[in-house]
Amino acid sequence: MFSYTFQWRQAFQKLPLLLDGALVTLQIALLSMAMGIAFAVILAVSRNSRSWWAHAPATAWVEVSRNTPALFQIYMAHFGLGSFGIYLSPYVALLVGITFNNAGYLAETFRGALRAIPATQLRAARSLGMPSIQAFRLIILPQMFRIAFLPTTNQMVWAILMTSLGVTVGMNTDLAGITQDINVRSFRTFEIFAIAAVIYYLIAKAVTLGARLLAARLFRY
Amino acid sequence: MIEVREVHKSFGALAVLKGVNLNVEKGEVVSVIGSSGSGKSTLLTCINGLEQINSGSILVDGVEVHARTTDLNKLRRKIGIVFQQFNAFPHLTALENVMLAPRKVLGMTKAEAEAIAVTQLSHVGLADKLSIYPGKLSGGQQQRMAIARALAMSPAYMLFDEVTSALDPQLVGEVLDTLKLLANDGTTMICVTHEMSFARDVSDRVAFFHQGVLAEIAPPDQFFNAPQHPRTKEFLSNVR
Amino acid sequence: MFDTALTLSDLMFLIQGAGMTLAVTFFAVTGGTLLGLVFGVIRAHVSVWVALPLIFVLDVFRSVPLLIQLVLANAFQAIAGLNMPPFATSSIVLALYTSAYCTEIVRGAIDAVPTVTRRAARSLGLTWGQDMTYVVFPIALRVALPSWIGLTLGVMKDSALVLWLGLIELLRAGQILVTRLQEPMFILIVVGAIYFLMSFPIARLGGRLEKRFREND
Repeated sequence: MFSYTFQWRQAFQKLPLLLDGALVTLQIALLSMAMGIAFAVILAVSRNSRSWWAHAPATAWVEVSRNTPALFQIYMAHFGLGSFGIYLSPYVALLVGITFNNAGYLAETFRGALRAIPATQLRAARSLGMPSIQAFRLIILPQMFRIAFLPTTNQMVWAILMTSLGVTVGMNTDLAGITQDINVRSFRTFEIFAIAAVIYYLIAKAVTLGARLLAARLFRY
Repeated sequence: MIEVREVHKSFGALAVLKGVNLNVEKGEVVSVIGSSGSGKSTLLTCINGLEQINSGSILVDGVEVHARTTDLNKLRRKIGIVFQQFNAFPHLTALENVMLAPRKVLGMTKAEAEAIAVTQLSHVGLADKLSIYPGKLSGGQQQRMAIARALAMSPAYMLFDEVTSALDPQLVGEVLDTLKLLANDGTTMICVTHEMSFARDVSDRVAFFHQGVLAEIAPPDQFFNAPQHPRTKEFLSNVR
Repeated sequence: MFDTALTLSDLMFLIQGAGMTLAVTFFAVTGGTLLGLVFGVIRAHVSVWVALPLIFVLDVFRSVPLLIQLVLANAFQAIAGLNMPPFATSSIVLALYTSAYCTEIVRGAIDAVPTVTRRAARSLGLTWGQDMTYVVFPIALRVALPSWIGLTLGVMKDSALVLWLGLIELLRAGQILVTRLQEPMFILIVVGAIYFLMSFPIARLGGRLEKRFREND
């Protein structure tokens, strides 16, 4: 049945290249999360706003990001914007696509977290003389991040997995891109992708573990 | 001086305040009693501008609270309020809870704020709980911390909104003792309360709130021994 | 009005692609749910140590990008000489992927049934099977349904990745038209709208179910 000879040694020689790619993967994931969190806070607050002009665009963003494939969102950034003469490099398109997706999902997470914070917290802060922005930043946001921490960690793992979609728009510097690059030159598809899979798995586990340690440090209450 | 003049306030169709009048002088302690849902708490949140009013006016040291030009954030610095639900900030230690507003609102340095916070927390008997998070404090301790937090802003007036109502009975005493301490220090206070003995012992005047108005207001001796208003008589006979 | 070279037959081409998306999703969710039920019941009744190999394998499905899983599976079936069509490979990979998430949903739902309820059922003389069928399953279903709907929609969206194995599903169909007609934004918006129409109403339904179940509790 197996007339194929596995050539692991040859594949393992590419490990340094793959690890370089893993760093790019991690970089995109972290950047997309940082920007995604920032946008998500704005979206979550806007969705609770009574103003149509704040509410409607935020709702549209959230619903589109949650009801279309992440790959579609990356295609929009890479191919779609071409209609307006905007040509994003695979790296930027990937970053934009994943950020858009992260922001939409996290916005819902944050909105739920905001709802879980008693309204009396804001009243207490305001009655100490804090302006509303200050009260939000010092009292509401820290509590929101704590409630939303676990889902946010999950989204980070998702972000790592989503970076692999870059290869479909020609990304060739992240882990999936480099893996594919090596693959088309060596045709050792199984070996090289198996190693990549292990690296992805280890990154995902490392991130989960790191988040847990971070939570223990951040949330002592 | 706090001057409440003909204040009307309704939530939708429900009229809560129907022409309330009340003057509280500097150094005075006024207790407000009355059945639940009679609008006592709403009056307090109107005084510090957390709630809008429909008509009438409230003046604090001559400044109209609900005037468009009033800087509420500035005004609130001199009106401390403590709520029924303790509203401790769960992500901050007791010390940080009390230090936060002096630092961020009054712009004090960390050292200044810490000195004040330690003083206030010691004052309410929490000197040994500085680095404890509210989740690890009892209800009574959380409420005393909330009092210290309000006092750290050196407010000219303190509003207490049924501060013992959410506490287990055995914890009520420690919080009332703290309030008595403040009253003896000469703090100007309005206390919405259900604790009749507290109202009798500590207040300069006691007000009875009934159906959106202050039906009767008098010094405690007269209020408890010779109430004038029939509703006051009825209320007092029910709580005794 | 708006000027486009998109014809009705092009639109049909997209609809066909959507059909492929739904077909892959159907097999993936059916297979994944059946496996997830089995694994989930095992997970809920067996100690963590006994279930460890299962937990590990399912965790791998959730921690490795789906695209990598698809390529690996396709390479593996070629090596093994199975000559599987991409549709079968895709469906199997997506089914295993689905089962990994479904297992967690099933386990969570079973764990949500209070132990006292189950004790009560068993002390009435119900067998384990009867307890599962008449007591645990109906209660767990309510807990699991909203999450399961979410999972199904997630798999439908993730199924776009099977284009990498050469299947012409909705997104790939759109890409082909983009290459031919050179109207990327317009065609992708049409593609996105089709995805949205397939997903949004069901997502709303799931949200409403969840809310209603929560209110009833």
